[in-house]
Amino acid sequence: MSNTTTLTLRINDEDVTVAFPTHHTLLEVLREECRLTGTKHGCELGECGTCTVLVDGKPMLSCLVLAAEMDGHEIRTVEGMMIGNTLHPLQQAFADLGAAQCGYCTPGILMAAEALLEANPDPTREQIQEALAGNLCRCTGYIKILEAVEWAAATQRGEDTPPAKESIYGSPHAATKGE
Amino acid sequence: MKRREAIDKLTGREAYIDDIAIAGVWWGCTVRSAVPRGRIRDIRFGAEIDWSEFVVVDHRDLPGPNQVAMIENDQPVLASDRVRHIHEAVLLLAHPDRDRLREARRAIHIEIDEEPAIFDYRVPPPADTVQHGGDNVFKRVRIDKGDVDAALVAADHVVEGVYETGAQEHVYLENQGMVGYVEDGVVTVKGSMQCPYYIHAALRHALARADNEVRVIQAATGGGFGGKEDYPSVLALHAALLALKAERPVKILYDRDEDMAATTKRHPARVRHRTGVTSQGRIVAQDIEVLLDGGAYVTLSPVVLSRGVIHASGPYHCDNVRVEGRAVLTNAVPFGAFRGFGAPQTIFACERHMDVIADELGMCPLGLRRKNLIQDGQSTSTGQVIRDGTDRIEILDRAVRDAEFHQREAADRAFNSTHPYLRRATGIATFYHGAGFTGAGETYLDSRAQVVGLATGEVEIRTANVEMGQGALTTFVKIVAEKLAVEPDRIRVAEVDTFHVPNSGPTVASRTSMIVGRLLERGCDALCATLGGDWTGDKFERELLRWHAEHPGQELIAEVRYEPPPGVEWDDERYEGSAYGTFAWATYAAHVEVDLRTFGVRLLDFVAVQDVGTVLDEVLAAGQVQGGVVQGVGWALMEECQFVDGAMANHNLTNYSIPSSDDVPPVRVVFYETPYAHGAQGAKGIGELPMDGAAPAIVNAVARATGARPAVVPLTPEVLMRVMGSA
Repeated sequence: MSNTTTLTLRINDEDVTVAFPTHHTLLEVLREECRLTGTKHGCELGECGTCTVLVDGKPMLSCLVLAAEMDGHEIRTVEGMMIGNTLHPLQQAFADLGAAQCGYCTPGILMAAEALLEANPDPTREQIQEALAGNLCRCTGYIKILEAVEWAAATQRGEDTPPAKESIYGSPHAATKGE
Repeated sequence: MKRREAIDKLTGREAYIDDIAIAGVWWGCTVRSAVPRGRIRDIRFGAEIDWSEFVVVDHRDLPGPNQVAMIENDQPVLASDRVRHIHEAVLLLAHPDRDRLREARRAIHIEIDEEPAIFDYRVPPPADTVQHGGDNVFKRVRIDKGDVDAALVAADHVVEGVYETGAQEHVYLENQGMVGYVEDGVVTVKGSMQCPYYIHAALRHALARADNEVRVIQAATGGGFGGKEDYPSVLALHAALLALKAERPVKILYDRDEDMAATTKRHPARVRHRTGVTSQGRIVAQDIEVLLDGGAYVTLSPVVLSRGVIHASGPYHCDNVRVEGRAVLTNAVPFGAFRGFGAPQTIFACERHMDVIADELGMCPLGLRRKNLIQDGQSTSTGQVIRDGTDRIEILDRAVRDAEFHQREAADRAFNSTHPYLRRATGIATFYHGAGFTGAGETYLDSRAQVVGLATGEVEIRTANVEMGQGALTTFVKIVAEKLAVEPDRIRVAEVDTFHVPNSGPTVASRTSMIVGRLLERGCDALCATLGGDWTGDKFERELLRWHAEHPGQELIAEVRYEPPPGVEWDDERYEGSAYGTFAWATYAAHVEVDLRTFGVRLLDFVAVQDVGTVLDEVLAAGQVQGGVVQGVGWALMEECQFVDGAMANHNLTNYSIPSSDDVPPVRVVFYETPYAHGAQGAKGIGELPMDGAAPAIVNAVARATGARPAVVPLTPEVLMRVMGSA
């Protein structure tokens, strides 16, 4: 049988000691040993982004890293996003704007967006598009995701202005109905 | 109202099938054919594996007929003596350890004596490749309206064109997955799916079991787009067979490679148009031929063809229309349902052809469309008289205004004349999409839904329609909450489990909100009738509690059954009559920039104007439109399935690209709301419509920007380079 590694991983501000087959990826260990199933399998090739987690604050594809390499690193997953019972501003904005549809890409996108806002609290639309370009979504067409990240960024900067109607509906609502 | 399950999805709590821990579960996998057609001579199990650790299933383990129950039962659950396509399932394996399972799969060698195969659906099959009927034709349909031949002779101009569209892979982010287990003698499957009762029927048939001996439960579903309409019946049978033989739960999860290689895709199509027009641009004859590649088994090809043929003549009035459609066998992995279901293929051809006609006549493409758009009182190709009060000209004009078509045309002309290598233009597409099943399909489905008054004063919705990202859960709750004027949190939605919900039909065909939503409204009426009045709000809840006090221990279930709207009649022999209860109408406009150095196409702006009847939830509806448009952008420009011997060679996300966040333009969404009397709150179908319009609008824009006449999607840089080289 394969070699086993035992390691204390630092996940979402908690120490978790786990034993796992040494060749298993961080994604497999998070999901199977740690039962943190918010992080998803999508392609195992590093192409789709559904397995994105934060390692020392930087987005990383957990399907391409071995868990055995994670000694001494801080790992964050979607399960660590809420602050107590309060949604993270990104989660709140995604809920309010309908930016999660089937939800399968959502945890990875939230992670990538969190890293972006950590590094750049006031990103342009193009910077958001670039930061999320490694996270595929097949439901939304991305528009609402980009708007939700913009809104969460505004909230985090202390600007409590809701997004303009056109960002929700795609065009000014008064005119949207067409009559 | 926010999406009902949003918080679960945003916190990682939503449980997709791979997230559900199941005690004692084994992993299952599939051993597949490596050749496209042939006779199985031998199956060798490598000596390096201790096979006693494994459960192995083959066709002999089927308790019932070796058939996946679908339109025609021609597809085996597991190949017995022959295979018809690469990746056809031959054996199933199960083992507790996933790594060992992979090793074992590699140690099995299926030896097949190859037979001649056919891969090009456009050529007549050589005699030694005929495998279905006498000519490999799965299905023929024909529409005949007026006298096309005479009208073509009389026309001032006849414009011809041939258009081709490629396969498309769904790329739902959650791959296919299913768990099978036996509980109290009941074969149960749980997984990712759109159509629980299709699976239920498939299990009953091939496992030779009674209704109550099979059970299907939907787990959270990470996208479907049609890809989880027909294929999960195959996967569910595989999981069930392994579970029966292993006598324990078995889980089959495809990885991306296997999912893209072995499951269905959009049907490739070729559409020919021969159109008679007057010098003033009036269309007087449409002669259309639709040809679909069905792949190796029938699956849903007949109905995909049917929808494609009915949509082929576009939203235009013409007295003389002939459409001849065929879906044919090839030895490709079977093609199946994909959002739009044949309509995107034929609408691409029709709308691209409209621009070609305008070119030939020296007319403005907008003017040509305005002149021919169906007006109330006129009829479609099947003779369905449209009288829905929709202002189709205004929808077109609104798209033209919002896209600033004329202003941009002038600006683009100036830009194009000076820029060394960039060319810009706007293209449009005008189209329609019939909602619900085609023809008498909804009547055959005979859908039932339940609205249940609970003893707690709450209401429970019971349907077999699934949430897969489109927002069905939220929409259903909203419909019932508004109908009864109760708070959404007083409404529960039953888990989609065939033991507890009636068969309200599949979650496909843009039918869920319109048709099942309407059933729920009628269910609310039926519930109130039992309670003796047209109650709403607090009064409703009081009456419900009073009923339960008077009927302790009883259930208050209001069940309603689909009834076709009056006047909806369909002749399936002659393809005449009301093909759909109603149509959604739209005009989309794409502003593009072509780089003549790379032949790459970049989208600058997109406007999507549509009438989908009453919009039940603006956020969800806009999400459907934006998501559908971007899926259409992928199909139009980049998503190319490359087939080798009928199997997708680029079956991974490295070599098959879908749009990412930096490929999308703004997608500006506009709704007109002409209510439909027989849809929930006046809603018509919305889900598929947005898939239809992006490709023709974009390719029309590329044609206008470059002066070339592309007639193919995906219009990859390589294809555009060839088109422009020959221009």
